[in-house]
Amino acid sequence: MSAAVAARTLRPNYLNAAYGVKSWLLTKDHKRIALLYLGSVTLFFAVGAIFAGLVRIELLTPEGDFVSSDTYNRLFTMHGVVMIFFFLIPVIPAVLGNFLLPLMLGAKDLAFPKINLLSWYVYMVAGSLGVYALIQGGADTGWTFYPPFSTRFSNSPVTLVALAGFIAGFSSILTALNFIVTVHRMRAPGLSWFRLPLFVWSLYATSVIIMLATPILAITLVMLMLERALHLGIFDPTLGGDPVLFQHLFWFYSHPAVYIMILPAMGIISELVAAFSRKRVFGYSFVAFSSMAIAVLGFLVWGHHLFVSSQTAFAGTLFSVLTMLVAIPSAIKVFNWTATLYRGSVSWQTPMLYVFGFLGLFTIGGLTGVFLATMGFDIHVHDTYFVVAHFHYIMVGGTLMGYLGGLHYWWPKITGRLYPEFWGRISAILVFVGFNLTFFPQFILGYMGMPRRYHAYAPEFQVLNVLSTAGATVLGVGYLLPMIYLVWAMRYGKKAGANPWNAVGLEWETSSPPPTFNFDVAPVVDHEAYDYHRNGEGEKKVAA
Amino acid sequence: MHSGFPLFPEAASTMAGQVDALYVFLVAMSAFFSLLIAASVVYCAVRYRRRSADEVGGSFHASMLLEVTWTIIPLGIVLFLFFWGARVFFLQVEPPANALELTATGKQWMWRFQHPEGQREINALHVPTGQPIKIEMIAEDVLHSLYIPAFRTKMDLVPGRYTTLWFEATKPGTYHLFCAEYCGTQHSGMVGWVTVMTPEDYEHWLAGGAQADKAPAAAGADLFASIGCNTCHVEAGGGRAPSLRGVFGKPVQLASGQTIVADASYVRRSILEPPADVVAGYQPIMPTYKGQISEENLFKLIAYVKSLGEAGGGPAAQPQAPAAPAPAAAAAAPAAAPATQGGAR
Repeated sequence: MSAAVAARTLRPNYLNAAYGVKSWLLTKDHKRIALLYLGSVTLFFAVGAIFAGLVRIELLTPEGDFVSSDTYNRLFTMHGVVMIFFFLIPVIPAVLGNFLLPLMLGAKDLAFPKINLLSWYVYMVAGSLGVYALIQGGADTGWTFYPPFSTRFSNSPVTLVALAGFIAGFSSILTALNFIVTVHRMRAPGLSWFRLPLFVWSLYATSVIIMLATPILAITLVMLMLERALHLGIFDPTLGGDPVLFQHLFWFYSHPAVYIMILPAMGIISELVAAFSRKRVFGYSFVAFSSMAIAVLGFLVWGHHLFVSSQTAFAGTLFSVLTMLVAIPSAIKVFNWTATLYRGSVSWQTPMLYVFGFLGLFTIGGLTGVFLATMGFDIHVHDTYFVVAHFHYIMVGGTLMGYLGGLHYWWPKITGRLYPEFWGRISAILVFVGFNLTFFPQFILGYMGMPRRYHAYAPEFQVLNVLSTAGATVLGVGYLLPMIYLVWAMRYGKKAGANPWNAVGLEWETSSPPPTFNFDVAPVVDHEAYDYHRNGEGEKKVAA
Repeated sequence: MHSGFPLFPEAASTMAGQVDALYVFLVAMSAFFSLLIAASVVYCAVRYRRRSADEVGGSFHASMLLEVTWTIIPLGIVLFLFFWGARVFFLQVEPPANALELTATGKQWMWRFQHPEGQREINALHVPTGQPIKIEMIAEDVLHSLYIPAFRTKMDLVPGRYTTLWFEATKPGTYHLFCAEYCGTQHSGMVGWVTVMTPEDYEHWLAGGAQADKAPAAAGADLFASIGCNTCHVEAGGGRAPSLRGVFGKPVQLASGQTIVADASYVRRSILEPPADVVAGYQPIMPTYKGQISEENLFKLIAYVKSLGEAGGGPAAQPQAPAAPAPAAAAAAPAAAPATQGGAR
């Protein structure tokens, strides 16, 4: 027995297959590239989080007394740029998607392993430019780059930051292209579309959005740079341009980008809710099609960012009703996840705690989206902290909770080791509590009328701001803990085995960590996704 | 003014109650669904918690009835909210015809307002209760947004184009006025106060301490002469350019064959980009005044053209020397002006 165990631990896997810096930097293994991405996005997350921390410290008092107005404006701009372009957009597809997509499909790798590596290098070039821009002082335009401020008035390195965003877009496009081809061409025998794990569906929907929307951002940023450098009159009215045109173009990408960020997290939640209820996801096809519905509808709602931008009332009305419709597929998902728990075998392990947190936070984030789609209400809270709270509930409460849940769930597969469950639960609870304390007061602040991007603010807003900063402190601890214990577990965690959760899914049918080419024997699929009754013995052990 | 832990901003306009009603409904609806989801999750997580390591879940995983139910109900709710929200929105963007017309310009990092009688204010705005106020606005440099939380209203100021915001204040007091669209270094310093007064106090304020300039229409008439507009735009007609008498707010036949309503945006464009919309029967000989006339002076010129428009479209009654100032009566006229551009942009 012990000899067998020893033989298994010596079994070559993707981590010990080769050593040395070169074996990582020139790897074509999707799992190693996923880890390269993991390191880089974590670094950018830390940078973005430090900016957020400094913003929260400044907002402890109504006076702008901690940093100067210029510094403050750069802090919130770079917080947004770094978090959106270098963390939230790539994080789930490039880390967990990269690692898991071939495993879930029963494939050896992605369709284009070299393009996969290229996408990481492109990301790093963009990231390095972003860091260089930071050293130059960082931009002060807000992550939205609205002209004519960004093209004629700002003295900050706007062009550099825009260029970084432009290049980062190509990294997304390469990954998306790879994913789409892989899903079409590399599925194991028997793995039909409606047997795919829902995470694959969500990555597919995300990739479609990335392919269609990112080029628009690229074109828009190029026009911005041209106007700034060469004074071509595209957006600046003194040169004959139209500043509102930029807003249309920018949000034509950036609203779908919200779904680029949230859809993969929704996919993770589907995986987790099935694994930790030991039950097929309720309404599988509704959950799958709602991802595609969100991908399509997401392209038709950008104008809700322009309700008070001088867009016609008719256009506003149209965008309002279309935005309302996006709420439906999101609601369908939440109801189906909740229904999955019914008569499940519900575990309370760390990943599931993140699911519970996600369900609460995403529900509030989604419902407040309905608030903002209601035009008569939006006029009052547009560009206030209400909006800030809303999108943090979606992006942090949704995307980040999904990512952290997924990271814990698949950490044993990625590293072959279990994380410490106690610390996992503690940090999941800290993240949930800290998050709500940080962002719930901001809804009230917004309704009270506090505009966003304010360095100094009226004294009556202070109590809520202090609560928010206190929450951010708790949230910070909640993020720091996993960074420590997940790294610790890579070396000292208990050995995981192939399937520590007794979950169903191709990724659990290979060893942990998987060998370089994922499966010793190419898998053949003869069952539905999440088939927990496959062995015919399930019914006897069904939870009461 | 506020103390303790307020949850609502002050409500001081006719729209505030409408927006608050939407808010209360939205909060109640959200609370219901959030609690429903939370209670279901907690119930299932406790009731069906895993009791043994090898236990698996039940096999109930599809129900068309449930899927249809939780598609139709939210759809009904959001469509209801859409209609309600759109109704309130149209109230907010369409000023009543009898609105008192003010102008505002925003520049880094200052608000300037001008009353129809000529009073000018910086980072402060005095308005009476019970009177709809319409503010015609433009940004001089970057985007700004005029936001008065107590009135639950907000509108962007865009360089190069006019936007409007209207409200009717209901409660005397002093309220915040914020810039809500990020505009650079001192964005958070681009703030001021709106003082709402009873109509009597407002009259008193107009007559008293306010920094009074010439009424915009009269000042516009002076500019019209000093810039030399009147050498071609002869009021009596017969000049090299069309008479502007009786033009404002009426359709104009263009050389291109199009017809366009002569609103503030049209007049502004005709001054800054004369070849854009030339009136039928005239040559495009007017030079551009782009960069030579400030946004505030443009507002004055428009006020003057508007006062000519209200003088009626008949033959010119005052075939006098072009340099003559406009009728003083124009100063008090705007209250009766039709709201030709109301909220259409």
